[in-house]
Parts: sequence; structure tokens; C-alpha cells
Amino acid sequence: MHCKCNISLGMIPALLAAFVAGGMPAYATHGLSPHSEIISKNSESISESAAEITEANVLSSPMLDEGNSIGNGSGDSGRSLTVGQRGEFTRIADALSAAAYGDTIRIEAGVYREYELLVDRQVTILGIGRPVIDVEHRGEGIRITAENVHVEGLEIRNVPTSHSRDHAAIRFDRASGGKVIDNVLDDTFFGIYLARAHDMEIRGNRLRAYHDREAVSANGIHLWNSNNAVIADNEIIGHRDGIYLEYVQESSITGNKVAENIRYGLHFMFSDDCVYRDNRFEKNGAGVAVMYSRRVKMKHNLFVNNWGASSYGLLLKEITDSEIFENEFSGNTIGIRSEGSDRVKKYRNSFIRNGWAIRIMASSMDNHITENNFIDNAFDVSTNSRRHSRNNFEGNYWDKYSGYDLNGDGFGDVPYRPVRLFSLIVERNPMALMLLRSMFVQILDLTERVMPTITPETLVDEKPLMRKVAL
Amino acid sequence: MILKILKYQLRDVFRSRWIIAYVLFFLVLTDVLFRFGGDGLRVATSMMNIVLIVIPLSSIILGAFYLYNAREYMELLLCHPVKRHQLFWGMFLGLALPLVAAFAGGVMLPYLYNAASAEAWQSALMLVFTGSMLTVIFVALAYYLALRFDDRIKGLGLALVICLFFTIIYDGIILFVIYMFSSYPLEKPVLVMSLLNPIDLGRILLLLQFDISALMGLTGAVFREFFGTPLGMTVSVASLLIWLTVPVTAGFRRFLVKDF
Repeated sequence: MHCKCNISLGMIPALLAAFVAGGMPAYATHGLSPHSEIISKNSESISESAAEITEANVLSSPMLDEGNSIGNGSGDSGRSLTVGQRGEFTRIADALSAAAYGDTIRIEAGVYREYELLVDRQVTILGIGRPVIDVEHRGEGIRITAENVHVEGLEIRNVPTSHSRDHAAIRFDRASGGKVIDNVLDDTFFGIYLARAHDMEIRGNRLRAYHDREAVSANGIHLWNSNNAVIADNEIIGHRDGIYLEYVQESSITGNKVAENIRYGLHFMFSDDCVYRDNRFEKNGAGVAVMYSRRVKMKHNLFVNNWGASSYGLLLKEITDSEIFENEFSGNTIGIRSEGSDRVKKYRNSFIRNGWAIRIMASSMDNHITENNFIDNAFDVSTNSRRHSRNNFEGNYWDKYSGYDLNGDGFGDVPYRPVRLFSLIVERNPMALMLLRSMFVQILDLTERVMPTITPETLVDEKPLMRKVAL
Repeated sequence: MILKILKYQLRDVFRSRWIIAYVLFFLVLTDVLFRFGGDGLRVATSMMNIVLIVIPLSSIILGAFYLYNAREYMELLLCHPVKRHQLFWGMFLGLALPLVAAFAGGVMLPYLYNAASAEAWQSALMLVFTGSMLTVIFVALAYYLALRFDDRIKGLGLALVICLFFTIIYDGIILFVIYMFSSYPLEKPVLVMSLLNPIDLGRILLLLQFDISALMGLTGAVFREFFGTPLGMTVSVASLLIWLTVPVTAGFRRFLVKDF
């Protein structure tokens, strides 16, 4: 609120003054003309008076107070520097080097052809009307090395691919506590890159890249060694990995939309105690891969249409003590593939129209799979183990279950074997998949179901649900 | 003249009760699936199995029966100034068209009054297309058999065997080949083998519609090329059309020279 009236109040007399003085539009100037001096003096004086107004109204108007605090960032000096054709600076780099601790740099709408902007002191960078920083394929966008830097409302374009340097649109380098909010990153190499930056908030950004090969593209949001991050409501399209986390602890990834990335929508390694909620992962090259992490919670995410021979809704590799619940997996080649993952609880998920709902490898132990809905999958469960399954399937709803419930307790009286003979055949001989839904294969499955001899004996749901789990 | 025979044939077919039973079978089945299953996409998936098994079987049996029963009628007509090719097309379309109409109508009617989504319609139309093609192909096969063998026991028996062969045994052979030669590059031979069987062709067409997510699990460039692009659809449809013409022309040729 305050920012807006500050500018507009500042502009009116400034423009008037400019017209009176020379009859020439002020915005054609380049920094050093007398007009712009008039403007900046005028706007300073006006902003002082505006500040007085704010102080006077502080008690009666909380809105103004809020606006004021955003405008000033969290610092105490709280000057406001304006970059723009009508501001004090025409280049962002000049404003950054002139700024002091706690200043706010307002960047007005326009295209700024600058690159490698270094932010080495705590400032707030605000885009007004979404100014564009066009890097023009020359290098990095913004590099931040100070704590608590707030970047909001910018658009950064054309960050080049490099095979020797990790160019990013916005990079936090050993700088914690920052915020990256509501920015648009278009055609970048790395989008937002955090290295040893803790307690960060990345919210509401839109990232878009256009490469089609892994080798020349990079990750949308890349975190390395950064704890307690909040990554929320971002939209990431066309990068290599949508969100990549490595050595990230206790972070939350919420409400992001990650689609059509070349490799993984979400890729995390060695990242314990993280929470993933309400995200949507769609049509990524190989889905979502989570590896070598403990105590991960994945809730209410959507994994949709990830197609390919090595593509998964969700790939679990060496994941332990985690929970995966209330997610929906639909139309993926493989819903969940579980390798070497122990003590993972999967409950209240829906698996709809996947090629394979769950592929659980013999290396996974003590997983509990309960209260899930399995609907219209070509294969419900497949495994490479012939004998034992050391995982517990119980109380799931299987649409292919044809048993009965005489005592009416809601559980079928006959156990359900989710592993079809045909899925074992396909496991050994993938080409046999060609025969999916063939009458011959159905007869094979039927005979196996009547007299199970080949499918693993212990992989069985003793209490299959008669009705769908309501979610 | 073809039209005249066709008209008479159609009247004859619609007067008999089995065509009504045939319509009702598909109508009731689809309707029941709608009532239990819900959305049109699931119904189409369930109908797929029925279509691939019931249609070839019923078409070939009904076709053979019909032609054996119409033997005297055909001989009678041939005594009159009716050209043989006119009579053949009249007789052939006179059975194939009602069967296709019965199947298509029976399946699509529930889609109409259940106001299915566009996506469901797409799969329903694919289903109807495949089913119709299979109907015509197997009616043509039946006509060929009925013309080839004067002994109706032999003809019907062979019709059953052919049907069984294409629905079950053929896939067994494919699986056997896959197992036996698993260490060889088999992609192309297996694809070609499937194209030689009309039921497999229909199955692949429907798989492309319903199970593309599973099919994408196949490794290998040939499969990716085939299933991942419009190529698969084009090749399957083209092969089905070839399959359509072969038994029809064979039956037609046979009919022209047959000594009744």
C-alpha cells in the first residue's frame, strides 16, 4: 500500500516539474540529465512526507504498517532505492553497490540487460510490475552471498548452458535465511541454486526451460547442503530435474507443480526428514526418484502419466523408515518401484490405470502396504522374487479380487494374490508384454490362481477389502 | 440388383430373433458395466475382452450357419438372371452389416444415454471400430469356409478351430517363440507375428488405447517406435484392412466359380 502511494505521490509533482522545466518527457533521460535530478530530489522529499503520514497512521491503519515493513525489508536503516528509467539508478548493479544493510531496492518495469549481479549485503530486491533481467546468455543472473536477502517479483531470462560452470538465474552461495518469491525464470540453465544456504523460502516462482537433452540442461530448483528449506507453490517445467535436493535435511516441499522435465520431476539424495505434500508430478522423463534417505514423508501428492521403460511415478531406492500416504498414482508405467527400501509404510494411496502399480524388488523388506486402492492397473504387484516376500500386504482394495465375504466383516474370506503369473513371465521376458490381455494369458493366470505353484507364496493379501477405501 | 438382394437379406435377418438377442447381449452387458463400473473408460476396457473373444466366435459361427441354411435360396436365385457377384455381395453385406450394426448399436447406446465423456467416447469408438472390423473379417472367413466345404459339419468344425487358433493357440505359439529364442533380437519377428493374426491386431489397437502406460514399459527401439508414435496405430489399421480384403476376395473368387 505504502509503496504504491509513495511512488505515485512522488511521480506527479516530478512529472509536472519536468514539464514546466523543459516540456520534455522525463523518462527519456539517462541518469545524469538535470531532469532526473529534479525527479529524484522530489521523490525523496515526497517519500519523507509519506513516511510521516505512515507514522501518523500507524495505529489506525494496520495495512499501511504492513506495507511499510515489506518495503523496508527486515533491516533497520530501511532506505528505499529505485531502479528504473525514472528512478535514482538505471542499472541494478549500481543500486546494489550503493545499497546499505537493510535497504530495499525497487526495480521498476522494463528490460535490464545485466548479468552477474552480486548481492553481498542484506537487501530486499523488489520488482514492481515484473521487470525483466535479460542475461543475454552472458553468464549468471544474480549471485547472493549475504544473509536474509529477499528477492521478489523479477523475471530473469536467458541464462546460458555451460559445461564448466553451474550458471543459475538466482544463486544463494553460503547465504542463509533468504526468500525467493514470485519470480519468473525463463530459459535458464539452473533456475534457483542454493549451496549451503539454510532456512530458505522459495515460493510461488515459475520456472521454464526449453532444452531437450539432459546434457545441456540443468535443475530447476537445486539445493545442496541446505537445511530447513520451504519450497512451495512453484511451477517448474522443462528442466533436467524439476527439484533436486542433495544433503538437505528437514525441509518441506509443498504444492509445487512439476511437469515435463527431462529426467526426474523430483530427485533427492541423502536428504533425511523431509516432507513432500500436495505436489503434482506430471509427464516427467523418469518420474520422481528418491534415494538414500531416511524418515521421509510423502503425502497427498499426485503422480501422473510418467511413461517410459525406466520411468516411475515414484522410485524408492534405499529409502528407510518412511511414510507414503494419501497419494494418487495414475497412468504411470510404474506407480512405485521399490528397491532396497525397508520399513516404508504405504497406506491410503490410490493406484489407478498404471502399467504396474507397485514393483517391489526382493531387496525390500518389512514394508507395510495397507488400505490402498488398486484400480485398473495392468499389473497390481510384480516382484523379481520367486519364493519369499518379506513385505506385508494387508487390507487393500483390489479391483480384480473376485472372492466373497460371507461373515460380512468387509474383508474377503479368500486371500488375494496380487502377483499374476503373467507378471512373472514379463519380468523374465519383457517382450511377452506384447501378449497383455490375450485370452491365452488370461487362461494361464486363471490356472495359476486356482493352483498357485510359481507365484511367490507369501506375497498375499490375507484380508482384501470388499469395498474401495474412501479417500 | 445388389441392393434388392441386400434389402431382402436385411429383412430376413431382422425378422429372425438371433439378431435381436445379439443386440440385447451387447446392450445389456454395456449397460450393466455402466451401472457397476461407472465411467465410460472403464466400461470400454472391460468390453475389450468380450469384443476380442465373443465377436470372432459369434461372427464365424453365425456366418457359417447362415450360409449353409441359405444354400437352397442361393441355388434358387442363381437359376434366375442374377449375376453371381451381385448375389455374393448381397449375401455378404446382408449378414455383415446387420451384425456390425447390432454390435455398434448395442455398445454405443448406453454411452449415449449415460452421457459419456469425450475421452470415453474416443475409446468406445475405437472399440466399435475394432469390433466391426473383426466382425466383417470373421464373417468373410465363414463365407469362405461354407463355400469351400459342402459338408456343414466339416465347415463348422473348421470355423471353430480357426477361431480357437486365432484367439488362444496363436498367442501360445508367440509366447513359446519368445521363450525359445529369448537370447535373439526378436522385436521385429514378434511384431510381425502379431500382425498376422487379426485378433492380435485388434488387441494391439485396443492396447494402444487403454494400456499405453504399460506398453511404454517395453524396452527396445523398435517397440518404442511402434507403440510410442502414430506408426503403431497406422500399421495396425492398415494390416487390419489387408486382413479384411484377403478372406473377402478369397470367398468372392470361390463363389464366382463354385459349382453348386
